[in-house]
Amino acid sequence: MASKSTAAERAPAAAEPGRLALVCILSWLVPGAGHLLQGRRDKGLVFLIALPLMFAVGLWLDGRLFPLEWSDPLVFLGAIANRGIGAPYILARLMEAGAGTVTAVSYEYGNTFLMTAGLLNFLVVLDAFDIAMGRKPAKPAAQR
Amino acid sequence: MTTTSHFLLMVLYAFFVSLVFAMLLRDDRREQLKTGAMMLGGFIAVAYVMGWLIYPFPL
Repeated sequence: MASKSTAAERAPAAAEPGRLALVCILSWLVPGAGHLLQGRRDKGLVFLIALPLMFAVGLWLDGRLFPLEWSDPLVFLGAIANRGIGAPYILARLMEAGAGTVTAVSYEYGNTFLMTAGLLNFLVVLDAFDIAMGRKPAKPAAQR
Repeated sequence: MTTTSHFLLMVLYAFFVSLVFAMLLRDDRREQLKTGAMMLGGFIAVAYVMGWLIYPFPL
């Protein structure tokens, strides 16, 4: 059973909005960077490896990076999810990857991997934000 | 793209999702392993059962 952290164990709240913004932007741009910045080494490394790898698998499976099209709400939501991964998305765009092959048997799998990687990174950003706000311990008991 | 094993792709997907959720939800390493393993097992078991349940129905 995981023990709950006491108020004394929690990290001091990040008073400066600038630091909060830095943590969130960095965490979005490089998955796990927000955790690494705040001393959560294990979590940061797992996110840093797993999320870009999941995104890369999505590209390998012939998934598509959706354009921001307002006319089609589902494509628009898919595009938002795709952009959640940050730098890997930008790199993929620069390399002109993610065109998607609709006829490929793995096309829908690729889309699912690409979108889920982005959505998971949004959760990682929220977790980094919570740590910066002092709502979670800055370091787990094992690393203190 | 050559991989056509839907089961393998589902297991790979479940692995990534379980890993990230276990890391987000738990701080202790043992708890992370336990949560991740249970989540991965749950994903695979549900997919396997659902696969057999819809097997008799035509596409």
